[in-house]
Amino acid sequence: MSVRPKAPSVGTKPPFWRDRAKRALTFQVLLIAAVVLFLLYIVGNTQDNLAARGITTGFGFLTNTAGFGIVQSLIDYSSQSTYGRTFVVGLLNTLLVSALGILAATLIGFVVGIARLSPNWLIARLASGYIEIFRNIPLLLQIFFWYFAVLRAMPSPRDSLTLGEVAFLNVRGLFLPEPQFLSGFGLIPLALGIAVVASIVLLIWNKRRHEATGKRLPAGWISLGLVVGLPLLVLVITGVPVTWDVPELRGFNFRGGFTVIPEFLALWLALSIYTASFIAEIVRSGIQAIPHGQTEAAQALSLPQNLVLRLVVVPQALRVIIPPLTSQYLNLIKNSSLATAIGYPDLVSVFAGTTLNQTGQAIEVIAMTMAVYLTISLLVSMFMNWFNARVALVER
Amino acid sequence: MNEQATQAGNAAPMVEMRGVNKWYGDFHVLRDIDLEVRRGERIVICGPSGSGKSTLIRCINHLEEHQAGEIVVGGVPLTQDVKRIEQVRRSVGMVFQHFNLFPHLTVLENCCLAQTWVQKKPRREAERLAMQYLERVKIAEQARKYPGQLSGGQQQRVAIARSLCLHPEVMLFDEPTSALDPEMIKEVLDVMVELAEEGMTMLCVTHEMGFAKTVADRVIFMDQGQIIEENAPEPFFNNPQSERTQLFLSQILGH
Amino acid sequence: MTIQHKMIEARPAPKSTVGPLAWLRANLFSGPVNTVFTLLGLYLLYLLLVPTIEWAFIDADWIGTTRDDCSREGACWVFVKARLGQFIYGLYPRDEIWRVNLTFGVFAVLIAWLMIPRLPFKRWVAAATLLVFPIFAFFLLYGGSFGLPLVQTHRWGGLMLTLVLAVVGMVGALPIGIVLALGRRSQMPIVKSFCVVFIEFWRGVPLITVLFMASVMLPLFMPTGVSVDRLIRAFIGITLFQSAYMAEVIRGGLQAIPRGQEEAAAALGMSYWLRMGLIVLPQALKMMIPGIVNTFISLFKDTTLVMIIGLFDLLGIVQAALSDSRWLGFSLEGYVFAAFMFWIFCFSMSRYSQYLERKLHTGHKR
Repeated sequence: MSVRPKAPSVGTKPPFWRDRAKRALTFQVLLIAAVVLFLLYIVGNTQDNLAARGITTGFGFLTNTAGFGIVQSLIDYSSQSTYGRTFVVGLLNTLLVSALGILAATLIGFVVGIARLSPNWLIARLASGYIEIFRNIPLLLQIFFWYFAVLRAMPSPRDSLTLGEVAFLNVRGLFLPEPQFLSGFGLIPLALGIAVVASIVLLIWNKRRHEATGKRLPAGWISLGLVVGLPLLVLVITGVPVTWDVPELRGFNFRGGFTVIPEFLALWLALSIYTASFIAEIVRSGIQAIPHGQTEAAQALSLPQNLVLRLVVVPQALRVIIPPLTSQYLNLIKNSSLATAIGYPDLVSVFAGTTLNQTGQAIEVIAMTMAVYLTISLLVSMFMNWFNARVALVER
Repeated sequence: MNEQATQAGNAAPMVEMRGVNKWYGDFHVLRDIDLEVRRGERIVICGPSGSGKSTLIRCINHLEEHQAGEIVVGGVPLTQDVKRIEQVRRSVGMVFQHFNLFPHLTVLENCCLAQTWVQKKPRREAERLAMQYLERVKIAEQARKYPGQLSGGQQQRVAIARSLCLHPEVMLFDEPTSALDPEMIKEVLDVMVELAEEGMTMLCVTHEMGFAKTVADRVIFMDQGQIIEENAPEPFFNNPQSERTQLFLSQILGH
Repeated sequence: MTIQHKMIEARPAPKSTVGPLAWLRANLFSGPVNTVFTLLGLYLLYLLLVPTIEWAFIDADWIGTTRDDCSREGACWVFVKARLGQFIYGLYPRDEIWRVNLTFGVFAVLIAWLMIPRLPFKRWVAAATLLVFPIFAFFLLYGGSFGLPLVQTHRWGGLMLTLVLAVVGMVGALPIGIVLALGRRSQMPIVKSFCVVFIEFWRGVPLITVLFMASVMLPLFMPTGVSVDRLIRAFIGITLFQSAYMAEVIRGGLQAIPRGQEEAAAALGMSYWLRMGLIVLPQALKMMIPGIVNTFISLFKDTTLVMIIGLFDLLGIVQAALSDSRWLGFSLEGYVFAAFMFWIFCFSMSRYSQYLERKLHTGHKR
């Protein structure tokens, strides 16, 4: 007869290093302690270092006069403005180039991504050539290419490249005519507003009518006509109350009109072209992710080709495309910080660059800069969570 | 809808295929197919995999394009003309092996999609009809769910209801039970039998020989892209003529 | 009743559907719209390729040593040729270049060993690459012992520095990334939230601010009087930044392993670290490799940012060479050369990762 091993009595507690709950607790307490000690060490060192360099901490410097100019600003700014205003100018410039970059990258990306799936062999090859070239070259190199090799190599203002003597491209940037609105122009935004409201009403009415009777008008085309046509009509009736301030060569540079600085152009081009190559891949794989059976089933229900796309393929492809698309948008916003390498006055360039150098407030400046990007990231990921929860396919 | 089974024999053919040939690249998948399906006739097509049976029925609603020969469906010849293709597809319903329900739409929306957008029916009417058919396939209580929430058998019944909503004159079934677990096959076959009893013209690619025996008017055996044998179920199963039919039947009925 | 006894032989498809002409018709000229697109595409190709080829090859100058040898009609590759040593090795002493070559030669052999599926001892080679090679590379490149003369890091540059930065960032980020990924899946709330905050922080900020932080804030964190080498600062910034991205790739791989695997291991009485180390990680690692290669590609491209904090990687040194007064006006040649180098590396790596993905994919289906 074998000896039965002694069963552990129910009441005995294991030593604490074998108790799961206690072990977890100990581990976490140790982690917190380590982090706190590390932070204390850093803070202590930092205080010593700052004291040795005679730098006072705090955000007081934001109200001091900056004393430097910025080449592009969306709000009033002069060298008499404060560092706080510098921060806002930089932030707005970052948002400007990001917004326009997202717009252009999305357009190029969708066109190239769809072209990549074209039945036309040549078009598909061209599209994949675009993707493979631009996404495998560092963005900074592309920015340098556009800035130093293309825009800085433009002719001087006297020999500008010109488009119909109204727009000029030279080493100083792109000079465009600027509209000057005369009295009576106010009617045009009004007409546009009316057209937009009418289109929305039409679209809603059309949807209701479709649900009620099954009949529908080509409301999309009608709305497009309204939104474009009505303001144009008003413009013609009121006798075109706009004059254009055309840039003119005076001495060594152009005066008047609207100037796009070369730094902006280079950054915007590089960001759009680079990000578009990633968006194109996302669009391609999003469309390919829809099983062919979906298209066939829709065709078997005798849906015509445009409705197969609109009602079955696109809604499903979009939910595959949108999450990685937003993270590309986020990348574009973060990448816009490369502006500092060519001197476009974005947040990093004017604030984490010039302001930091002038004031020496490294910790405050870097913290504020990072906080801006973190806030944007947080907002975008909140949107993504909301979106995913809303459109996620319902499955068991 | 043709609720009554038309007397077989003297009605106009519903589907006519004459000398149909198809190639995938250089591979000759359909070879000189001649087939006439009368209104109300129920046909089961069987054969080894790769024999071209799926391709054959997919040609009928032009999911595949044939390269030689002629296909006429309900008096409409299939050509490159998009209008005619859509016209044919409206009168032909199809059920797929993998259901192919639209996962982003509810069961009800799946059934209403073509009604509201192709037939341009008011939504309420479309929903009423959809519910009626969902009732018939015994799944009405799931109408507000999404396909991903249903079992395979339920999804396939929804797929049948979705096709029926367009009042098709012919139903094509492309291995409708092959992707199902055994206990779900019966619920789908029951619906198909019921449909057959109501007189629907049906072409089924299936290996369910029980279904073929009880329901089919004709059984067609295909191999290597051609129709080898074509007969009423009784003689087809009891007295197959061709060697290859015998071999095939012994393989699938053998155990 | 029909019975077919005669077999129909396979016939060739009609002429109109196979062969090169049919291919052309189906793929390029299948309708009026398609034909227009094809012609537009051909025109675009003509516009792009003809001047590029003329500039880069036909009108280009290859021979010579100074700028006077360039006719200025096409590309002046003489510039690149004259600077090639610098572009590859930076200011590393000419007599010591064999050390760089040896380091990267050994590295290439190790990587090739890992990439070729048939070779044995993968595990040991991987361990050597991650643990032994970095130490070996440090002593060889930096020197100062074993009779090798010391080479200060400010002399490192060019393609060599780019590779060093990318490899160090990668090797450093891998273990941190694994720990962060496991932490993020942990049941312990404090560990989990710590890892989430850490990962999301680095993923939320641009690399450039991280590098700024490493270059201006890191010296403040150190005890007074201790200074950190500029290259080490870049290493720290890049490694921390990269580890967050690595953690997310690893987490993705871990999620792909069915829960049943870990449960089965637990049922056999394995502890947490055994379950992870023997069951989950080995399986997951295989699935992560494409993702890891992809993050490596983006790290490789991102190393160009170090020039903003004053290090001379491949792009940095090309940029510096462009402002040499003897060689003004050759920026296009410089950028094209740098772009070509980066492109070769990134493109071949992305092809490799696509190949792995395909292999994984089919492996799962069967």
